[in-house]
Order: sequence, then C-alpha cells, then structure tokens
Amino acid sequence: MPWLVSAFVLITVAGLYGGLVLAPTDYQQGDSYRIIYIHVPSAWMSLFIYVVMAVAGAIGLVWHIKLAEIVAISSASVGASFTFIALVTGSLWGKPMWGTWWVWDARLTSELILLFLYLGVIGLYGAIDDKRTASRAVAILALVGVVNIPIIHYSVIWWNTLHQGPTVTKMDKPSIHVSMLIPLLLMALSFKFFYVIAMLQRARVELLQRERNAQWVKNLISGSK
Amino acid sequence: MSSMQEFFAMGGYAFYVWTSYGLTLIVLLANIIIPVTQRKRFLRSLALKQNRQ
Amino acid sequence: MSLTQAFFAIIRRDLVLALRRRSEIANPLLFFVLVITLFPLGIGAEPRLLQAIAPGVIWVSALLAAMLSLDSLFRSDFDDGSLEQILLSPHPTSVLVLGKIIAHWLVTGLPLLVVAPLLAVFLGMPNNSLGILLLTLLLGTPVLSLIGAIGVALTVGLRRGGMILSLLVLPLYVPVLIFAGNAVQMASSGLPVDAQINILISILLMALVLAPLPVAAALKMSIN
Repeated sequence: MPWLVSAFVLITVAGLYGGLVLAPTDYQQGDSYRIIYIHVPSAWMSLFIYVVMAVAGAIGLVWHIKLAEIVAISSASVGASFTFIALVTGSLWGKPMWGTWWVWDARLTSELILLFLYLGVIGLYGAIDDKRTASRAVAILALVGVVNIPIIHYSVIWWNTLHQGPTVTKMDKPSIHVSMLIPLLLMALSFKFFYVIAMLQRARVELLQRERNAQWVKNLISGSK
Repeated sequence: MSSMQEFFAMGGYAFYVWTSYGLTLIVLLANIIIPVTQRKRFLRSLALKQNRQ
Repeated sequence: MSLTQAFFAIIRRDLVLALRRRSEIANPLLFFVLVITLFPLGIGAEPRLLQAIAPGVIWVSALLAAMLSLDSLFRSDFDDGSLEQILLSPHPTSVLVLGKIIAHWLVTGLPLLVVAPLLAVFLGMPNNSLGILLLTLLLGTPVLSLIGAIGVALTVGLRRGGMILSLLVLPLYVPVLIFAGNAVQMASSGLPVDAQINILISILLMALVLAPLPVAAALKMSIN
C-alpha cells in the first residue's frame, strides 16, 4: 500500500508538472487545452473500469469468488467518479471552445449514458439487501452493459454526425506533440494507480461489512484496543 | 514572480483550467476519504457491540 | 413434453391469462396515446413544428409505454410461484423465458402498431413515412421487450423496483431510439432508410439470441 501511494504521488507530480508547466501552449486553443490532462485520462478510465467491473463480475458469477465480487462493486463508485470528472471537465473545456456549457457532442453524450449505466449498477446494488445476491445482479447487469456499450457508442456517433456535421472536431488533435503526449500518458498511468488505491479502500469496507461476524474481524477489533 | 502569475493566469483560461483541476481533486479525495471514514465508523460500532457482550 | 411444445404452451398460457385481464393490455396503449396528446398542448399546435418532432415524440412515448408495461412480465408469476416451476423444469430456462417475452410483446408491443397510424395523423406526419413508422415499431418494440426483460428479471424480487428499473433499462434503449426515430424522420423527408432498417433488424436478431441468457440468470438469482 505505501508503495502504491508513493508511486501514485510520484507519477502524478511528474505528469502535472509536465502538463501544466513544461508542455508548450497550444497555438489554437491557448492554455485551455491543459484540461486534456485530466479530461482524456478520466474518459479512458471510465471505460476501462467498466470493463474491469464486468470481467470481475463474470469471474465472481462463474467461480463464486468472493474477492472478485467485491472488486466488481468497489470499482463502480470509482468508475462513476471518473465518468463524472470526464463530463464536467469536458463541459468546462467546451465553454471557451464552443461558447456553451453543453453541446450534444458524441463523446459527451456517450459519456453521459455511461454515467447512467454506472448509476444503475450502484442503484441496483443498493436496492438489494442480501449482498451476495446483489453482487450477482450487478455482475449480470455489468455484463449486459459491456455488450451494449459499443452499440450505444457507435449509435451515438452515427446520430451525431447526422445531426451536427463535423462542427466539433476541435477536440480531436490530428497530431499531438511529444511534449504534450508524455504528460498525458503519465496522467493516464497516475489515474490507474489512483483507481487501484481507491478501489482497495472501498473493498476493505465492503469486506468488513460482509464478514462482520468472522473471527478475523473480531480479532482485529480486540487487537486494536 | 511574473512567470508565477502567468502560470496561474493560464493564458486567460484560469477559471476553466483551475476549476477543472480543483473539482477533480475534490472528487478524487472524496473517493479516498469516504471509504476510510466509513471503515473507521464501522469498526467503532463493531467494537462497541463487542464491549457490550 | 418436448421443448417446442413447452415453448408454445407457455406462450398460449400467457396469452390466455392476458386476455382475462384486458385492462393490462389497454393501459399502456392509453398511456401511449395520452402522452402524445400532451405534446401539442405543451408546445403549441404549429403543424410544421409538430411534423418535425413527430418521429421523436412517437418513439419516446413508445419507449415509456414499453417500460411501464414491463412490470407485468414476471410479477404475477413471481408472486404465485409459477416462476419457480418454470425454473425447475428440465427445459433450458432461457428458451421458456423467451416464450414469456414473446407473449408479453404480443399483448403490449404489438397493439402499439394499431394506434400508431392514429397518432401519426394527430401529429400531421406525411403519409409516405407511415409505413416506415409501422416497420420500425414492428422491429423495435420486440427489442424493447427483450432488453426490458433483463431489467425486470433483475428487480422482480424487490419491493420498490419501479424507479430502479427505469434507470437500468432506459440507457440500454438508446440505440433503438436513435435508429428507429431517425428512420422515420428520414422517411418523412423522402430519403432512403435501408441502412437504419438493416441495423434495426440486426439489433433485433442479436437481442433475440442474447437477451434470454441474462434474463434466465437474473431470474435464478431473484428467486433464491
């Protein structure tokens, strides 16, 4: 754990320094593009965590491994947080670029639907009292979602090109300079570390609540006094 | 000193850039703090229950 | 009893049961008509405006009507225990469940096609797009029932499953809404819609094959 945290801090500091200080100003967007260093990695993480959640859920479903179930549900809130960050930073980036807070851009729209999918997972888990059953329900839902995400994504892209035309290509960079790319990759790595750290914190709570009657929990409490 | 000011001004986009980074920091911190406090509270309530027995 | 016999027996049983409770068939239909009547009242009866939003309005209302009718899919069988009998039968649950979904679509999805022409007239849709509207409803509403069945199966054991059901199901309805709504819109401006129809067909086939599996798994989970 301390090893994880120190690696996370090191990479984050390097990524932020590279992104906010070293990387040159973009000739088109000025300094506003620097939001990219959190927006794009969060958008990547939002998808990545959903896939991890579905895979962990499937493992829990097939082999009844308790740990995989806990990993799956502990990932959901972190993934929803990253989706939320990607949406808000996308909106904050869009305001100076597009002139409005919200544009029905393909990526923002599919990110919004992804947030709904995460909230569905979290809501379903909360609605079922028995946590073993809830884990299985969440795993099934995550698997259905993971099959649907590509379909939703491509249908939204198709819908977007049809209704708006290529007005929002400002966000795509045809080529990105190395001095901008390296901090971006560092931030992506840093968010991966953060995900593992946050997910493990959540998993510890989850595990404690499920095993409240187990001997090791009792030992833990009497040991801490 | 002027370079520091320039850094914080973000070429006139200070509000958007720093709000983004600030919000991200808050959300990410919440993701650590909430489970940690939940765990502590849960352990405390379990300890209370054990003492009573 | 062979598998095909069991499959058709389930469809027949559900149809007979549904015909005894006719209000359950009528309610989603009434809802569908009512919601669409509200739109001209809410935004004004300007014919151009109505024509422009007609495909979207009809499809969004169809989505909501389909979602509202979902609850009756497994509810009574869950309450009286016959769902347990279906799960205990030697036949694969996914096939039997598919029979239930088809029967449910026949009584809740198919009637939407009957009232759709009336609504198209209400909203002033051009005649040439009516055929496409019916075709998209024919291809799209079974997908709504199939995807919705996953949501119902996951929440049937819950006392207050209604709100959570819409959160689970509506995001998954997005592709159907996009392609079906767009097909009708294109058709009313006289453009070809082969691509959208083909995509809807492939979505329907995929849902037919894949959806019963998570439904069966979720029902097994909800029962115990």
